[in-house]
Amino acid sequence: MVPLDWYLMLGGVVFCIGMVGFMIRRNIIMMFLAVELMLNGVNISLVAFSHYLQDLRGQVFVFFIIAVAASEAAIGLAIVILISRNKNTIFIDEINELRG
Amino acid sequence: MINKIFFIYFAIAIVTLSLVIITRKSLVHSVLFMLALFFHIAGLYLFLNAEFLALVQIIVYAGAILVLFLFVIMLLNIREDELKEQYSSFWPAGISIGIVFLIVLLRMPAFSLGIKGVWDIKSVTEATSTGAIGQVLYTEYLLPFEVASLILLIAIIGAIILAKKRFSK
Repeated sequence: MVPLDWYLMLGGVVFCIGMVGFMIRRNIIMMFLAVELMLNGVNISLVAFSHYLQDLRGQVFVFFIIAVAASEAAIGLAIVILISRNKNTIFIDEINELRG
Repeated sequence: MINKIFFIYFAIAIVTLSLVIITRKSLVHSVLFMLALFFHIAGLYLFLNAEFLALVQIIVYAGAILVLFLFVIMLLNIREDELKEQYSSFWPAGISIGIVFLIVLLRMPAFSLGIKGVWDIKSVTEATSTGAIGQVLYTEYLLPFEVASLILLIAIIGAIILAKKRFSK
């Protein structure tokens, strides 16, 4: 039997890789991919909890997370299309209207 | 023993694929590696007796979300110089924050499991995986399920309104 901790560590490592990817890339589509990676890291640990606790609530939560990830990808990519149409760039450091 | 070997294979594949994804220059390569990653995660779900979620992972993530990403990448006309210098100027800060967060996560005290629920492997097999999830989803989580459908509806409307070409201007 694989211990629960291994699954949690795997989920944590995937989450951290996604976080690093979100911070180091300039490309806005790559940042969305990194967010999907982070969501998957969380999903792994939720499914592992659900299996080891013999309770299906964890899997139901993963189901909702997948639904929210789908809508997030749809709206986010629509915004990416808008940005690239108006500004002709997909680099986040060239999008600086607010002078932040 | 064989369980652990399978898990170690999946873990190494998942971590390597995630590292490859965030370092590729080409967006299309990243998305295709992401496809392989999602199949490995689905394998891990099968391993955890979550057959329904493994299928949903492949159908929704690999089938819908990644295809959406591919469509958008091919729709945009990406400039030549956008294929170079992909990393933002403060990448050392990003990597060090990530490493510190990883150490904090891995140093957390081990979880001790609480009271076990009613869905052990035997009752899930009796009800089938999909049936068992359906029983929980349509009784205890009926309201969140309806709200999820509302979120998806808003996402569809929002995406259409945002990406629509504005002719009158």
